[in-house]
Amino acid sequence: MPRRVAYVNARLLSPVDGLDALGAVLTEGVTIADAGPRLFNDGLPADAHVIDVGGHCLCPGLVDMRVATGEPGEEHKETIGTAGRAAAAGGVTAFACLPGTTPPIDDISGVELIARRAREEKLVKVYAQAAVTRNLEGRDLTEMGLLAEAGVVAFTDGTRAVADAAVMRRALSYALSFDLLIVQHPEDPSLASGGHMNAGETATRLGLVGIPPVAEVMMIERDLRLVALTGGRYHVAHVSTVVAVEAIRLAKRQGLRVTCDTAPPYFSLTEADVGDYRTFAKLSPPLRTEADRQAVVEGLADGTIDAIASDHAPQDQDTKRLPFGQAAPGAIGLETLLPLTLALVEKGHLDLMAAFRCLSTRPAGILGLPVPCLRPGARADFVVVDLGRPWRVDASALVAKSKNTPFDHWPVTGRVLHTVVDGRMIHSLESDGNV
Amino acid sequence: MLDPTTDSPFRGLGLLAIEGLTAAELTPVLDLADQYLERTRAGERKLTLLSGRTLVNLFFETSTRTRTSFELAGKRLGADVINMSVDASSVKKGETLIDTAATLNAMHLDVLVVRHPDSGAVRLLAAKVNCAVINGGDGSHEHPTQALLDAQTIRRRKGRIAGLTVVICGDILHSRVARSNIHLLNAMGARVRVVAPPTLLPPEVERLGVSVFHSMVAGLTDADIVMMLRLQTERMAGQFVPSVREYFHFFGLTADKLKVARPDALIMHPGPINRGVEIDSEVADDINRSVILDQVELGVAVRMACLDLLTRASGH
Repeated sequence: MPRRVAYVNARLLSPVDGLDALGAVLTEGVTIADAGPRLFNDGLPADAHVIDVGGHCLCPGLVDMRVATGEPGEEHKETIGTAGRAAAAGGVTAFACLPGTTPPIDDISGVELIARRAREEKLVKVYAQAAVTRNLEGRDLTEMGLLAEAGVVAFTDGTRAVADAAVMRRALSYALSFDLLIVQHPEDPSLASGGHMNAGETATRLGLVGIPPVAEVMMIERDLRLVALTGGRYHVAHVSTVVAVEAIRLAKRQGLRVTCDTAPPYFSLTEADVGDYRTFAKLSPPLRTEADRQAVVEGLADGTIDAIASDHAPQDQDTKRLPFGQAAPGAIGLETLLPLTLALVEKGHLDLMAAFRCLSTRPAGILGLPVPCLRPGARADFVVVDLGRPWRVDASALVAKSKNTPFDHWPVTGRVLHTVVDGRMIHSLESDGNV
Repeated sequence: MLDPTTDSPFRGLGLLAIEGLTAAELTPVLDLADQYLERTRAGERKLTLLSGRTLVNLFFETSTRTRTSFELAGKRLGADVINMSVDASSVKKGETLIDTAATLNAMHLDVLVVRHPDSGAVRLLAAKVNCAVINGGDGSHEHPTQALLDAQTIRRRKGRIAGLTVVICGDILHSRVARSNIHLLNAMGARVRVVAPPTLLPPEVERLGVSVFHSMVAGLTDADIVMMLRLQTERMAGQFVPSVREYFHFFGLTADKLKVARPDALIMHPGPINRGVEIDSEVADDINRSVILDQVELGVAVRMACLDLLTRASGH
């Protein structure tokens, strides 16, 4: 008989089940045996281990579409293991890692390495995204069909755009044979070349080469033409500008197969946060203006932006403690993804259900993964969150191996108490550790 | 951007940028520079104010006039001056700026003058060293002492800065001199214009408080001061103007274009001059209008004033 755990006294919250009610969940082994408001009305099962979650929110685990680990090649920045622990601490029960490793994930051996390392670590679920083009060079397509068979969930050149229109056309078109998803980093490299932050007054004052915001929408608009031409499945990563949100809104209205995500920095910060050359605020795409930030919030509110990903990009001191122009872009985000999204709920931009749709339901759907839910027979992948608990981000106390967060010292609300994957509790907030 | 811990204009970290400084903070520097200029001209070229102090010129980018000017300023105040030229390529081989800071701290310096090809690099270094730092030019960000010496040149020739129309012409995009001058001239109450083709103007430059012109004749009309900048080809990735010939034709300063400026307009240039590129020799060498050599002379006096104020502020 598999181990049975009863999570009682929980506020069950599940967008796919349309559920927001007090109730309980019973897990049996790796699956949910039963869940609902009236569960255990007739008494608790004698053989189950009982966990009282104290009225806190029990909801499906977060699915993070964009996580860079340093494995293989840059294990000093982050490994599958450290990223897995950071994910668990952040309430993420599954993530899709990016192919921009050393060497890049562009063949089956790379995908198998990720799968093996994830099995060894036995933390959250790790899915591989593979390169669209060999060695991320933007020229020759990878073996998409074989890679998909090996378990790849999406194809992207990571933080490089597929710049050549003919290559993108062929990728979208060929991927149709297997109904695969192409994910674009939307930035015209010739316009962005040499740039370190958003072009505009702040870059001008700091004497930094700017990346014009249109570099984003130009790539998206070009790709949308190719999507219309090929009928391919296309996803835009980390949307950050007014015009890009508008272009995608229009494309969706026209019925194109396009989805997109953004990341918390793009609805929480602006280019002003670069301040005095803060390299932790150097991101790709760069932080934009307040008008752009508001447009991203509106895009989330009206559903134009489907998902929120952490865009977790670990960098160590050696790649960040440099003059701004030499520093590597990127910020970690696994552990701040949930509270920064909850801030949108607090401010009234999203309701709680919509927030979890962006964090869990939709990213899972876009990647073709099992959508986390609280239904009998589903995998027991869920989190317990104290939605009202205030805390302060402390970079040095984060679980992730690299500490490059632009949100250090930020007061936030909402803390993950427990993370359960395949029925196993893989994370418990120390002060609440009752397992 | 000075450390606000004391009320002297130069405090703590040192002189890293002009942006944020006020006329009340800048004027005493120019006043003191005037005093040093008179003493230098009177033959007092070996003072003892900084005897026993060590000044290091740390240049990650080649420089002749700025480095020499700081060296002279330091020596005339009695400091021990050491020039360290660091080839940017050797930096890439290993030692980071943070390592460099630790090395310098072990050498017990009093003042460090830093020039670096990256915007913001001087600030990064200043936060890590335990001596006063003067920004000798960082990337396309700022070159504060150049702006101070330009202001002093204007003030000595015109008696004031407030109310003058100052026109900065040329490669504004890559120029730290332009940025420092725009901040300083605005703080002192001048009207600032920039003239350049749009490819050589940074985005939203008008938000720094300048009027933007793309025609020399329109921009130079009724100018009191004309500051010419050179094309910084070493910072250019790609082509910003089609040819030198075309650039000179439209944006080079010639006697003819200068006719629309005020009859007593002065010509300035931070050097080095590229004759026939941004300025015609006839104008550059016009002893009645060109104050380019005044700028060099005043550069030493201004840097003496900065070193004086900075070592006072750092409490040595």
